[in-house]
Amino acid sequence: MGEFFRVLTDNGQLFVEGFTNTVQLFLIAAVGSLVLGTLLGAMRVSPVPALRAFGATYVNLVRNTPLTLVFAFLVFAVPKLDVNIDYFASATIALTVYTSAFVCEVIRSGVNTVAAGQAEAARALGMTFGQVLTLIVLPQALRAMVPPMMSVFIAMLKNTTIAAGFSVLEAGAIPAYMAERGEPQFAVLLWITIGFLILILPLVALQRFLERKWRVAR
Amino acid sequence: MSQASILYDLPGPRAKRRNAILGVVSTAGIIALLAYIGYKFADTGQFEARKWEQFQYASVQRELLGGLWATLKAAGIAAVLALLFGAVFASARLSDKWILRTPGTFVVELFRAIPLLILIFFGYYVPLQYGWSIDKLWALVIGLMLYNGSVLAEIFRAGINAVPYGQTEGAYAIGMRKNQVLRLILLPQAVRSMLPAIVSQLVVLLKDTALGFIITYPELLFVGKQIGGRLPFGLPYVPAYLVVGAMYIAICGALSVLAWWLQKRMGRSRRTAAKVLPAQATGEDAARMV
Amino acid sequence: MRMKRVAAVAMMASLALSAAACGKEGEPTPSAGGTASGAAQSDTCKSSGATFTPKTDAAVAGSPTFDKIKAAGKVSIGVKFDQPNLGYKDAQGKRCGFDIEIAQYVASTLGIDPAKIEYKEIASANRETAIKGGEVDYYVGTYSITDKRKNDISFAGPYFVAGQDLLVRKDETSITGKDSLKGKKVCSATGSTPIQKVRDEGLTEPNNIVEFKTYSECVSQLLDKKVDAVTTDDAILKGYAAQSPSELKVVGQPFSTEKYGIGLPKDDKALRDYVNNQIEASFSNGTWQKIYDGTLGLSGSAGTPPTLERY
Repeated sequence: MGEFFRVLTDNGQLFVEGFTNTVQLFLIAAVGSLVLGTLLGAMRVSPVPALRAFGATYVNLVRNTPLTLVFAFLVFAVPKLDVNIDYFASATIALTVYTSAFVCEVIRSGVNTVAAGQAEAARALGMTFGQVLTLIVLPQALRAMVPPMMSVFIAMLKNTTIAAGFSVLEAGAIPAYMAERGEPQFAVLLWITIGFLILILPLVALQRFLERKWRVAR
Repeated sequence: MSQASILYDLPGPRAKRRNAILGVVSTAGIIALLAYIGYKFADTGQFEARKWEQFQYASVQRELLGGLWATLKAAGIAAVLALLFGAVFASARLSDKWILRTPGTFVVELFRAIPLLILIFFGYYVPLQYGWSIDKLWALVIGLMLYNGSVLAEIFRAGINAVPYGQTEGAYAIGMRKNQVLRLILLPQAVRSMLPAIVSQLVVLLKDTALGFIITYPELLFVGKQIGGRLPFGLPYVPAYLVVGAMYIAICGALSVLAWWLQKRMGRSRRTAAKVLPAQATGEDAARMV
Repeated sequence: MRMKRVAAVAMMASLALSAAACGKEGEPTPSAGGTASGAAQSDTCKSSGATFTPKTDAAVAGSPTFDKIKAAGKVSIGVKFDQPNLGYKDAQGKRCGFDIEIAQYVASTLGIDPAKIEYKEIASANRETAIKGGEVDYYVGTYSITDKRKNDISFAGPYFVAGQDLLVRKDETSITGKDSLKGKKVCSATGSTPIQKVRDEGLTEPNNIVEFKTYSECVSQLLDKKVDAVTTDDAILKGYAAQSPSELKVVGQPFSTEKYGIGLPKDDKALRDYVNNQIEASFSNGTWQKIYDGTLGLSGSAGTPPTLERY
């Protein structure tokens, strides 16, 4: 047991640095994928066929590609195209590109949960497109979107660990550093697990709470 | 285009004209973007023969097929084990006895909260630390099983719970035992509603095998990286990843189409009272990433 | 439903197979042209031509590892696969290089036909664990002998002495040795001795240290100008430089001594002594020289056998 705690106290700085980077990576990529995902979602529900097709193609290509491949492409293939991005930025871009496909799907299916009759009734009352969207569709759609959206972001938080294979010092990279220092891997991995539980469990609880609350409301 | 009608009415003449203009502009924009990317590729010599000619050779194709086989093997074994794991823990969570329910819930929630990469590290490093030799395939398979099995357990549970409670009550009322209710009433209906979600989870599992690269399991992506890293061919990472990506998209795409088709079919069928769990956007979506 | 899935997968597989069926046989040889033209070499493995006949009467008393190898009739050896001229696997799946031939030689002295070797590709950071866990019987792959590693495993050898050096782009003038690395991005393999040295001696700032699983990834980043130098043992770097001399060069100021040993299970002293004897024999009977000249020697630098350090 003493050994178990020593692993953390001796290497505290590395753990702090790793998890700080994980959280940074997560926050930046979350904002990025929310923006890009919303844009794609808007394309997918737009009245313009070309945009719908583009959105659908993007989502289907990205969703069927392993995230690791997206990472590898950005780090090893993109520099060959004379584009120079540093490793942390590459990682945020990879996470954003990948996660936004899932955000897009959440938004699209959220909008689809609103019964068409509601919008029709609103239009019959003479509401404009903006009014229909902000007063009728979005308030209901958002409720349906929040729980799956949180699932997407929880998954993304876990996905940040893949950056470890691409020269970003985040939580997933800690085991390699620890192997270099000769620390017992089991203890190291348990501490990382605890770290992730601390980050994720509150999010899961919040998600459950919202899901339950809004399920009743509808 | 049923989703379109939620936000707007059928376009009139003015809207049609506006949409047409938008369509032309956006098509031009997309084509310009693709053309720019194509230009970048050509400009940096990604299309030169030297970078692509490897793929003509049987030996390199065999290498790729070897990687594909390693990927499918890991995914196949992990899929079977994950389905078993999911079935066991879903039944534990659905049990009336708290002594089964509590550990079931604990295990499922725990493994869903740990990043898959860390689970794979557990499977690889921990046995080694204690002096047991473990094949990389199994380290990967164990990680995939624990994570995807937990997610599948939740899908199974949601599927059973999606059958209206009246059915269970009705079955009990005509004198069925618990076992019979589950076997004859709930499962046949639940399976139909769960299939799309299960298949799309298996797509996730297949994609996740790519994480094997971090413990150097020679799966498809790892092979792609080796092919891309050959200096005499001008480090053809771009062609190698494009080829490997196309292979992943083809296989996962085929499975996704299957999931979509199942969902359609299930949706039409009236033989289940359970609401079909959508393939991509259930509350369990979290799981469906990585 | 299941049948459909199986059918779909089978269809994909057969498509892939039929695509493969039209592949050209023979060795992929890059054509001239492109940025690294002239430098382009065949990717095919070249062996030194040394032959290793398995010893029929091999016996190592009191060695559990040897007993295991003998019972299995094969040996599993941890190797590198991406170091040209050292530990390499070509597009044909053939293996070659200095370390590979040393591994084959040692296998032959244990009575195992080199054709019966099961090669395992183990990344640098996982070597000790792989030996400790018995995943490999021994490891031959630019494995520096250090006291810290001796806590976990044991070493026979050294069979080669290398030195840490720097690989840079051909047009690089500002990096002349280890003291000119400040402010430059330096890449090496995760968990390797060279990157630990860069970190410990503060040769460059911590933010400028880049680590990947393999050196070939570092070389790719070097050519893409994402890093400024790749550091590791000169033997490895020369192998890369020889593959593309128009784009890469080795600085040539080694700043360490790396003694390559054969990694063995820690408690197997009997095997260690036996392997040491066999290495020594290869020094004196010309086998070592033949292997060197046909592999690392191709880079132009001469080599002489080191002195064994028994313990």
